[in-house]
Amino acid sequence: MTADVLDSRIPGITVVARLRAARRRRHALVIGVALLGALGLAVLALTLGAAGLTPVRALAAVVGMGERGDLFVVQHLRLPRVLAALFSGAGFALAGAIFQSVLRNPLASPDILGVSTGASLGAVWALLTLGLGGVAVAAWAFGGALLAAGAIWVLAWRRGLHAIRFVLVGVGIAYVCGSTLAWLLSRAEVREAQTALLWTIGSVADVRGARLTILGVGLGVLALVTALLSRTQAPLALGDDHAAALGVRVSATRAGLLLTAVALVAVATAAAGPVAFVALVAPAIARRLMDDGGAALAASTAVGALLVLSADLLGQHLFPGMSVPVGIVTGLVGAPYLLWLLSGRSERRTAAL
Amino acid sequence: MTASVPSARRPASAPTPRVRPGRTVVPSAATAASAVVPADDDAPAPTAAPSDGAAPGDGAAPGDTTAPGDGVALRTEGVRIGYDGRTVIDGLDLALPVGRITAIVGPNACGKSTLLKGIARLHPLSGGRVLLGDRDVAAMSRRELARVLGVLPQSSIAPDGVRVAELVSRGRYPHQGWFGRHSSTDDAVVARALVATGVADLATRPVAELSGGQRQRVWIAMVLAQETDIVLLDEPTTYLDVAHQVDLLDLLAELNAERGTTVVMVLHELNLAARYADHLVVMRAGTVVAQGEPGAVLTEAIVLDAFGLDARVVPDPVSGTPLVVPVGRTRRP
Repeated sequence: MTADVLDSRIPGITVVARLRAARRRRHALVIGVALLGALGLAVLALTLGAAGLTPVRALAAVVGMGERGDLFVVQHLRLPRVLAALFSGAGFALAGAIFQSVLRNPLASPDILGVSTGASLGAVWALLTLGLGGVAVAAWAFGGALLAAGAIWVLAWRRGLHAIRFVLVGVGIAYVCGSTLAWLLSRAEVREAQTALLWTIGSVADVRGARLTILGVGLGVLALVTALLSRTQAPLALGDDHAAALGVRVSATRAGLLLTAVALVAVATAAAGPVAFVALVAPAIARRLMDDGGAALAASTAVGALLVLSADLLGQHLFPGMSVPVGIVTGLVGAPYLLWLLSGRSERRTAAL
Repeated sequence: MTASVPSARRPASAPTPRVRPGRTVVPSAATAASAVVPADDDAPAPTAAPSDGAAPGDGAAPGDTTAPGDGVALRTEGVRIGYDGRTVIDGLDLALPVGRITAIVGPNACGKSTLLKGIARLHPLSGGRVLLGDRDVAAMSRRELARVLGVLPQSSIAPDGVRVAELVSRGRYPHQGWFGRHSSTDDAVVARALVATGVADLATRPVAELSGGQRQRVWIAMVLAQETDIVLLDEPTTYLDVAHQVDLLDLLAELNAERGTTVVMVLHELNLAARYADHLVVMRAGTVVAQGEPGAVLTEAIVLDAFGLDARVVPDPVSGTPLVVPVGRTRRP
């Protein structure tokens, strides 16, 4: 046995080191390709539209050069929309990746746990019951997400936070929020209800100014916090006992990560509404591409940004003369993907519920 | 104390002779009284943490393993543990010898897993304390503890898609800095753990594709990569057939012999526990019925007392350790 250890030591190291290098390369490749794709689509999004622009003119307008008409179209209409799509997609996807990894459940996402529905409820309540508008509605959406998450937290707490309880209580909260939302909408006047309805779908069409800035800054800060906490993901994904045995302060770390994820959802929903399925699907795709058992936080973020931007492009330009909100496109694409995920992958995925 | 004892290495190819030149003091087990292994209380802590920057292959070099001595690796004093107000363990004193294999046995729900969790701080104590050498475990940071004490909990589920080498390298967590960069030392430790557990050939395979026995070896490799002096295992042989049980226990015995790792495990199978353990702890209803050398502890009286089982105890024809043969109610001619 001892002789074995000595003889095979070098090859053993080589395999381990090579595997690690391969993982790093794959990570860089997935993130790189997703970011390049997002960049390409962003340029495309700036050129497409009623006022067609060449990529050169569009990019020039981004940095403030060109005709006044170009500047207006690019800087006030298209660029904010592109950024909103990228930021909200990144935010939802990162939140979903954290939820799924920390709760050890591939179906745990803010849409299913009721955090997004809570945000919708907050916004619709502000619009219909309080008669508010603008940034105030976004603030209420933010509050709604936090409130829903807080309710899940309190109801799921039993001498600590247990993953499966959190998920089940979250599903319950989602129904409560959904029903209340439907009740509010059913009592509203048709015209009001139409505006309110947008807050239940998700759209990046009118995210600009203060809302966009808050989204961008919020996403940046929260991504940084996640990066600082991300080291604990690998042991946490092995379960509470394993993580604690490896030296992780499980309760505190999990609480910190979940809070960060909730804040990400709140920020993203307050800006763009609950864009469906991104938080669920983007991490699933990213993990599939990485295929290394990791949480793929960075890759999920990049994939999420790419997904929402492409969904918004499809919604805007696929059917001429008809603009479909991004939340509907992601829902239409995401739902079949979810079904495929449930049917195609091994039983362990569904067993996780 | 440990340094003065010459390295008593057993040939790894002979796993059966469990008789060691150890001086584990055997309590008078027949009295069925809970006994404490006498140890020089003033002895310095025998649990020096492995140095972080250990050169690759350090621990594998012959002759530099911690020799099994008669010190105490781990001690519990009046430990009380409960769930939701229900006390499972009430005032338990235990002393686990350093560099030895300790097996904890007892009937279902006697609190043996709970005890292991309490020792490893996976479950809070409601009273008493656990000492590593002369340090109170509760006063250590989790990270500090994780560098000295490795734990393999009862159920382990690997994340989807994770590969063997990746899973094993997660054992390096307590040794890594803030951003979790793997160093070449980490690679070396992981590689050595893979080789030591015989799963080096599986390094690039997804854990989910492995058999139960292989998977358990991989988890043990992960705990080994943690490079701790003490390893606690909660029923490591559950769900394994008898051949794989023996195989796994042989592996643990080899690791104990080669690395001097103190092994503490909860086991169900009495006869295997008696064969592989240097020190046997028999529990019942949250208390220690007896502890000491298996030959002295595992008597008919104690089996009856702890398990309520009428059994004959005969010498194991292979190892000479006690072999518990249940009498049962029905007998076939």
